[in-house]
Amino acid sequence: MATELSTGRPSLRQRLWAFYDSDLIWSFRHSPMAILSAALLAIVAFTSLFAAWLMPQNPFDITQLYLDKANLPPIWIEGGQMPYLLGTDLQGRDILSAIVYGSRISLIIGVASVALSMTIGVLVGLMAGYVGGALDNFLMRIGDAVMSIPTLLVAILISAIFRGMLPVDYRDAAAPLILVVALSLTSWVVYARMIRAATMVEAGKEYVLAARIIKVPRRRIILHHILPNVLTAALVTATLNLGLAVLAEATLSFLGVGMPSAQPSLGTLIRIGNQFFFSGTWWIVLFPALQLTLIILAVNLLGDWLRDALNPKLK
Amino acid sequence: MLLLIIKRMANAIFVILAVSLLAFTIFKFLGDPVQLMLNPQATQQERDLLTERLGLNDPVPVQFAKFVFNAARGEFGMSYRNQMPVMEVIAERFPATFELVLVSSILALLIGLPLGVFAAIRGGTVMARVFHLISMIGVSVPAFVIGIMLILVFSIELKWLPAFGRGKVVDLGFWTTGFLTPSGRAALVMPSISLALFQISFIMRLVTAEMLEVLRTDFIRFAKARGLKARAIYFRHGLRNCMMPVVTMTGMLIGDLIAFTLVTEIVFQWPGMGFLFVQSVQYVDIPVMAAYLMIVCCIFITINLIVDLIYVVVDPRVDQLVRGGGNGH
Amino acid sequence: MMAWRSAALAAVLAGVLIAPAQAGTLRWAPQRDIVSMDPYSFGDTFTLSVLNHVYEGLVRYDSKLQIEPALAESWEVVNPTTWRFHLRKGVKFHDGADFTADDVLASLKRVSDPNSPLRGNLPSYVSSSKVDDYTVDIIVTENYPLLLNDLTNIHIFDQGWLVANKAEAPTDVAKGVEGYATSHANGTGPFKFISRKPDAETVFEVNPNWWDKRKHNVDRIVMTPITSAATRVAALISGEIDFTNQAPLQDIPRLEASSDLKVLSNSELRTIFFVMNQTPKAFESDVTDKNPLQDIKVRQALYHAIDADAIQKVVMAGLSRTTGSLVSPAIPGYVPELDKRLSYDPELAKKLLAEAGYPNGFSFSFLCRNTEFVNEEQICQAVSAMWARVGLRPNLNLGPTTIQDAKFDAGQFDVGTLGWANEPMIDSYSILVQVVHSKTGNAGVFNWGGWKDAEIDALIDKAGATVDRDERLALQAKALLRANELSMFIPVHQQPMAWATGANIESVLQLSDNKPRHWLTRMAE
Repeated sequence: MATELSTGRPSLRQRLWAFYDSDLIWSFRHSPMAILSAALLAIVAFTSLFAAWLMPQNPFDITQLYLDKANLPPIWIEGGQMPYLLGTDLQGRDILSAIVYGSRISLIIGVASVALSMTIGVLVGLMAGYVGGALDNFLMRIGDAVMSIPTLLVAILISAIFRGMLPVDYRDAAAPLILVVALSLTSWVVYARMIRAATMVEAGKEYVLAARIIKVPRRRIILHHILPNVLTAALVTATLNLGLAVLAEATLSFLGVGMPSAQPSLGTLIRIGNQFFFSGTWWIVLFPALQLTLIILAVNLLGDWLRDALNPKLK
Repeated sequence: MLLLIIKRMANAIFVILAVSLLAFTIFKFLGDPVQLMLNPQATQQERDLLTERLGLNDPVPVQFAKFVFNAARGEFGMSYRNQMPVMEVIAERFPATFELVLVSSILALLIGLPLGVFAAIRGGTVMARVFHLISMIGVSVPAFVIGIMLILVFSIELKWLPAFGRGKVVDLGFWTTGFLTPSGRAALVMPSISLALFQISFIMRLVTAEMLEVLRTDFIRFAKARGLKARAIYFRHGLRNCMMPVVTMTGMLIGDLIAFTLVTEIVFQWPGMGFLFVQSVQYVDIPVMAAYLMIVCCIFITINLIVDLIYVVVDPRVDQLVRGGGNGH
Repeated sequence: MMAWRSAALAAVLAGVLIAPAQAGTLRWAPQRDIVSMDPYSFGDTFTLSVLNHVYEGLVRYDSKLQIEPALAESWEVVNPTTWRFHLRKGVKFHDGADFTADDVLASLKRVSDPNSPLRGNLPSYVSSSKVDDYTVDIIVTENYPLLLNDLTNIHIFDQGWLVANKAEAPTDVAKGVEGYATSHANGTGPFKFISRKPDAETVFEVNPNWWDKRKHNVDRIVMTPITSAATRVAALISGEIDFTNQAPLQDIPRLEASSDLKVLSNSELRTIFFVMNQTPKAFESDVTDKNPLQDIKVRQALYHAIDADAIQKVVMAGLSRTTGSLVSPAIPGYVPELDKRLSYDPELAKKLLAEAGYPNGFSFSFLCRNTEFVNEEQICQAVSAMWARVGLRPNLNLGPTTIQDAKFDAGQFDVGTLGWANEPMIDSYSILVQVVHSKTGNAGVFNWGGWKDAEIDALIDKAGATVDRDERLALQAKALLRANELSMFIPVHQQPMAWATGANIESVLQLSDNKPRHWLTRMAE
């Protein structure tokens, strides 16, 4: 280390190390909520990853659905059958398998949409903050316009519209992609504003001035120098928004414009089961609803913890 | 000050125009209005006639201008599904949504504000942690799940409350209200609770966070040093100072509120604007979709504008901030 | 000040007083709303059955589904193309106008207008003329035997009302005239139209001047559609609703277990079957050079792959009547041979597909609705799984009736569902001339997939000109049998109808045409 010239700017690696050192981990270890939530999410992630080996049925494959195995109750109730631990629905879908596969698709869509909106938001924010002037004005006005339309509305519109426009063959396959795009179309603005503010602060600092003096190209300054310093705030926001994204996807599926019943996400399962909730086959709704709530709760708790742990004012 | 107000309003108008562009795009490019409006046996001649009559042969900017101009007058054309003017259909549903949102918001404020304050006061105690957890659950449980559970318990099992609709409403000419009838009031209970729950959590967390900030400040400490009563400190001084961010965030809350209202209306079959919108998506009733989008966004923008202006008027520091730099929110 | 206060008080009181359910008010919750108050605007059986409470035709069906006089007292066939109707005197429209021949003429003109969506329901109509104020001649194509059946669904408007409200032409959105008849109504029926909020509430009140003897004690009907099956059931159980004509099948045991409620369930006239695109090119398939469905072996393979028993037991809760016939046994023209189904044999299905040249199956578009037939969505999903198991790749597309029907009409499908009740004819000629016949002239309006057989066409055409009933029915049975031989369609079942009534209703008449007739309903006193 002594042979390295100190340039005055911390490298990405050093900053990462500084953050993930003691304070954060200590905080994690002393927060039961955080540990619990992380454990829950780990279980969900694990089962999702190995679903094909662990679960008795792949509910996304309609050839595995048999009508004569439909409407079976959970095994602790009379009439239940192995291996359908949590019962089956009206088409013969095993509820437990459906939950695991459904969680997988719900989480994938949630994470992907957050990643996409963060990427868009960060890029826009960096450009607006660094370049400033007319570009900044323009981008922020667009951001204002976009923010004034509730995410759910746009998502419903985009989802329904694109599904209607695609030929039938591709409709189901494209559904996850359409959902991801629909959900990120309005959520990038939050990141953009945050990054823009942080970028403007960073842009005034000396190390940036120094870089400009030695004619480092603009793109390099933005991506290699400024970005790492502003990213952490964005990451925290992203974690907090993950819960919202999963919730939004579930809502869209519940309304019928999300994942179709051939590839049901948790929201879709709840929609399907809702018709039968009062008719006696309550397990079709209850277990997906429980799973959905637990996932969102875990994500929110983790996000909350992360925000508090990283908040310098609370130290 | 005046300059600021003008700037804000100009901003709002720009945003409204952008939203109209989106609505217009939907209107124009999705589904073939001619095919949707005529019955399938219509001849090509009739199609051409309708195309001309709908102004679809004009250049696109002209169509957009006409669209905006008409929209400003409240003229959105005819709903494909109901074959009635769109504004009429929407205006008919508006009271239902308004009453629901009003009741649930009042409920949320009445419960959320005090709870938020108490959670802040009682700092790190068990009570506060419990409240915190409850508010987290409130934000995490999907609105439609809450609705379904409420219906199960209070309608099916206990039979106390109606499972759907608005009950009997009284027609006051331009407005229909559910407040004046027992069945109308009963029908309001579950949907507004369902809608209020997420707002309560939101408000609670916000108020708690802000209060905690405020309580750390010097002037509160001085107030304590002066021996002011706890209630005076917390409510007169503490709460008032954190109201501004709360008010601002309320503007943001409206956006989420619109979304949640949609879901609540579906679950409880509440005949409001949100229900109308979801149905119009199902039936590809494009004029209604476009009109709903415009109206909802205009409401949202207007509320945010009002909030902005209140902020500017009430908090003298904002003026300085704005004149000094451009760091917006 | 005082006046203002008492006015306010009065308003509040009025509100409070409106609140409790009025005695004699029937609260009806169908699954979906009617589409319009205009009986000519959509050929939708449910809408027409509701509007029948406000409007009436020249004739109607009685409780044994036989034709009886309504607005026409008697009729005779003057010559093979002319029917003469003698109209009932002393009938008044709800707005007080008298019912005369002019009204019949104006209505017939309106319904047969080239822009009228209902003109397919009067296929043989040529023209009509007035003989005198209470006598009308209707000219039809030669020897057409089923005019009376058709006329049960043609509702009569008041000419004066049509003229005064510029509604003489059928609803024409192109002219920018808001169809007056879409949201207003003036008929001769047992109930008057009071108000309508689409998808929310439609209100009818009893017509005290109805010409027929009043058998019902219903004073008011409030119709509020409830799309969600669970909510509908909840409303019935909690007593907010008195009647629904679409009780969800899965809730029937629960409803029956409740002491207040009664369930009337039976299989109705409507037969559900799959239709297949038989034009030279498939709509959306990975087979691009030809249409696999044109090959009878492929059609039979699809048929053999369906486990109809499982569908009946699980999806339809045992309440449907699995059938091999395109028409219900109660429809004239039915013969027992028609009921023979192809067996459930997935292995045979795979074999047939291989023989036809598709050992690895093929993909196709599968169009179903989710707001129309009983449990249609579930049937289609279950059948998709069955077809997938024999190697086929159906792409299921669900949507509301109006959207899907538009696609069907444009031929944008490969396989789809259709349900036919033969209304209002109550005769198999209906399905033969509208569905089975190829698209020629007025026939084959619902021949969405271009299926065609010269022999069947000839049989149907002959039947349409045969006056002798037995001879005609024999021809029709032969046509139906041949359609089965060719596996033109895949019949599934006669669907069940399930009505549920609450404590406030004493009796309701349910006929197999599944049409509520509340002028025969009695509420509990």
